[in-house]
Formats: sequence, structure tokens, C-alpha cells
Amino acid sequence: MMRGVVDPGDNPSAHAVVSGSAVLVVAFVALNLLAQYFGKLRHTGGLDHYATLPVPPASVVLGTAAAYASFTVPGVFVTAAAGSWMFDLPMGRLWILLAVIPLAGAALAGLGAALGLLAPRQELATLAGQLGMSAALLLGVLPASRLPVPVQWLRDLLPSSYGVDAFALTFAPQPDWARVLLDLGVCGAVGLGSLTLATWAYRRAAR
Amino acid sequence: MSKAPQGCCTVSGLVKTYRAGGTEVRANDGIDLAVRRGEIFGLLGPNGAGKSTLVRQLTGLLRPDAGSIDLLGHDIVRHPERAARLLGYLGQESTALDELTVALAAETTGRLRGLTRRQARTETVDVITELGLEPLAHRPLAKLSGGQRRLACFAATLVGDRPLLVLDEPTTGMDPVARRAVWSAVDRRRAERGTTVLLVTHNVIEAETVLDRVAVVDGGKVIACDTPGGLKALVDGHVRLDLVWRHDAPTEVPAVAALADRAERTGRRWTLRTTPDEARELVAAVTTGPAFAALDDFTLATPTLEDAYLRLGGRHGGLAR
Repeated sequence: MMRGVVDPGDNPSAHAVVSGSAVLVVAFVALNLLAQYFGKLRHTGGLDHYATLPVPPASVVLGTAAAYASFTVPGVFVTAAAGSWMFDLPMGRLWILLAVIPLAGAALAGLGAALGLLAPRQELATLAGQLGMSAALLLGVLPASRLPVPVQWLRDLLPSSYGVDAFALTFAPQPDWARVLLDLGVCGAVGLGSLTLATWAYRRAAR
Repeated sequence: MSKAPQGCCTVSGLVKTYRAGGTEVRANDGIDLAVRRGEIFGLLGPNGAGKSTLVRQLTGLLRPDAGSIDLLGHDIVRHPERAARLLGYLGQESTALDELTVALAAETTGRLRGLTRRQARTETVDVITELGLEPLAHRPLAKLSGGQRRLACFAATLVGDRPLLVLDEPTTGMDPVARRAVWSAVDRRRAERGTTVLLVTHNVIEAETVLDRVAVVDGGKVIACDTPGGLKALVDGHVRLDLVWRHDAPTEVPAVAALADRAERTGRRWTLRTTPDEARELVAAVTTGPAFAALDDFTLATPTLEDAYLRLGGRHGGLAR
């Protein structure tokens, strides 16, 4: 769809569209589906199953998040490869996705799980997950430089943006690896925070 | 440590209150129980009696407001997380396992109970064979019927041996074959490993056939605790007469008119609890003349646990037969 709007070749818009679309796959599964899954589990009493097994809450959240994030691997690579081909971008550095998926996945999955576990009603968990995904779509796929300043702040708050930026930077002929690492670092730190939040939300919900 | 060496689960003075719509509900109001090791112990009562609240406290899911719970020598009020190592719990919901196949649900649960991959696999195959689930082993739980899904969850509960099984209405929706498989599996574990079973039910027939002892729960209290036979002895010397009328009861017949105030009525069915002598006279009266013409069906039966429950003052009448 964006092929008609954005010019192919080495330009920031094409970088943003391809990296944003690839990370959107992670957002769909990790944020949207996980929020729905945990929302359903909490509101139907399904959490009792895990709460009566000798496993720490963090393992349940991490295990589920990792399982959901791993489902996204093929989709992310296919999207990134197809996007790179359509926009004439180099494919030599797609390996960076092996770092982007787990880090952005952790950040978004933690957020998704927390939304699902904290929502007072199952429908609200679904709604929150879908809103989160819409945010990841709009703020991830549109080039940051073209967004109004307040929207850019919103973009900075969304953990997946750092994954998008890290991936987008690698399309440059001479990537700024220090910035890539910094973005991935922020993603990882937010991931740690959001998984901690999700674990706390799980403990609260399972009680 | 445990006060009673032969005890599996000792509960005393358990109180749990929660708020619902601005009013305070005492779901458990001073419950005392002692379940022995190797016993199949039942909690019988209508919906809303407080059975599930009690079970959620025993399994460490809910913290009581007051009282103590001892599971095999462990204080579950102070250390609720220990319950997960002592018991296998079958709750009423399967949503946590719905996306997995039957075999994977059982194996994963076993792994989470601390089994190695190999042990979990072996136990899963054994349990699936034992319960006759082979044809369904590779189908996701969400695609199964209610009774099949229940049996699959029961299979997951059995993988990873536990000294205590807590089963919340395990046979809901199951066909007779599946029910039999559940009770044989329970019996086998008790005979071979001395497993204790705490069963929540509102089905009186099931309670009479499988339980060693039963606690009757109503209004958040244990109103009686005995063997099914012992409870039925409370209503010994009584029989139950059910009369089902074709249309309206023929109250112009004096014998029927005399029953009108005493009978418990459910639609066209009248139920009476009385002595065998009087029952005989009543049967004679309603099986002749105009009363017989109006009668669709009648049954005369010895008392069940439901009769004992009503005699004890059970108020809700929500038990299933």
C-alpha cells in the first residue's frame, strides 16, 4: 500500500515504512494477541491453572511472552524481506532482526500482558490491545520526521519505536552502530520494565 | 508441623468474606474440616454454598480472613505457594489449556510440576491410555466437546503425581464412559499410592457412590459431616413418594386434598417424605378411582443424600440428581 506513497530507494521514508511494517508484526502478536489472551485468562478463571502449579509468576509471563514473540519470527522476516525488495533496500543486515524481535517483543509482550491482566473487563483488554496495535501501526510505519511534535513525543513513549529505529538505521550505507545499540538498549530496558510490570499485574490478578 | 499424623488436610475456623454490590457476603463462616489420608472426601452443597471459596483457599489461590489450613503438615495460610507442590487441582475452567492439544496440555502441565521431559512424556502417554483419550490426543482442547475437554483437563491434573487431588465438579458434562474412567483412575491412585481426593460436587448420586465421607455445606457453613450412609441414617425410616399429575392435581379426592399442604411441589410433581406405612396407604389411594385417572406417574424410593440434606436444613434445594 505504502509503495504508492513512498518512493523506493535509500531514503528515510522507505526505511521507516519497511522497518515499521516488520515490527508491526511483533506488535500484532505480542501486544494485541497477548492482551486478549491474558484478558481472557483472567476473566474466565484460567489463571488458576498456572497459579496452582509450582511456577513463579515471572516464568508464566516470560514463557507466554516468549512463545508469542517466537511465533512472529517468520512473519517479521518475510515482511522485512518483501519490503526491502519492494523498496530497493539492502537485505544484508536483516540479521539485526534477531536482536530486534526479542527486545521489541519483550517490551510489547510485557505491555500486552500487563494490559490484559489489569483491564477490569475482558472487552477492555481486547480494546486496549487493539489500540496499542493501532498506535504501533501509525507511529511505527509513518516516518518520525514527518509527524507533528506532540505525536513524536507519543512515538517516543511507545517501546516498539526504538526497535523500529534500530532496524531502520541499518538500511543506511554506513549504519551508525552506536545509535543502533543505544536504541536496542532502550528497547531492552523498557522490555525489562514492562515484563516486571506484567509480573506484578499477574501476581495481583492471580490473587 | 502436622497435629494429626494421619490427617491430610485440616481446616479450622475458616472465614472468608467478600464484597458484592456494596454488601458483605460471608462465603465461608467458620468452617472446620479434617480429611484423612487416602480418603475420597466430598464437599456437597448447592451453587453459592461456599464450596468453591473453600477450595480456593485450600489450594492457596485465596487468602482466608481468619482460620487455619494445614495440608500434610504445611501451613497454607502462611505459605500459600506450598499448596502447588502438594496438590493437583482441577478447576472449573479450561481456558489456560484451550489452545494446546490434549497430549501437549498434559505434558506441559507435568513439566510445570517439575517432571523431566521424558517423565512428562511417559506419564502423559500412560494417563491418555488410562482415560481412553488416545483418539483425541492430538486435537486442541478448544475443538472438543465440554465433557471431552473436562476429561482432558482431568488428564492434565493427573500428570506429575501429587498426594492430594482437589477436583471441582470433575465429571460435569461427561458421558457415562468418561465418568467411569475418572472414578477408576481415582480409585487406582488411591489403592496404589494412597492418594487423597477432595471432591466438590452438587450431584447427590455421584456423592453416594464414590465418597468415603461427605461434608454438607450450606450458607458458608458445614452443616453435617459423615459417611453417605451415616447421613442417610438421619432420614432412616422415611421414604420418598413422588406423584406426577397429568394436569392439575385432583384435589376433589380427600386423600389428595390432605396432601396439598404437605407436598413439595415442582410443576406437576408433588414430593412427599413420609413413613413406609403412610406411603403404602397413599399409593393405594392414588392408584384407584379419579386420582389414578389424573396420575401420570409415581415413584416410591428409599431416601437419598438429598433427603438427608433437606432434613439437615439445607435451604437452597439446588442439588442435582
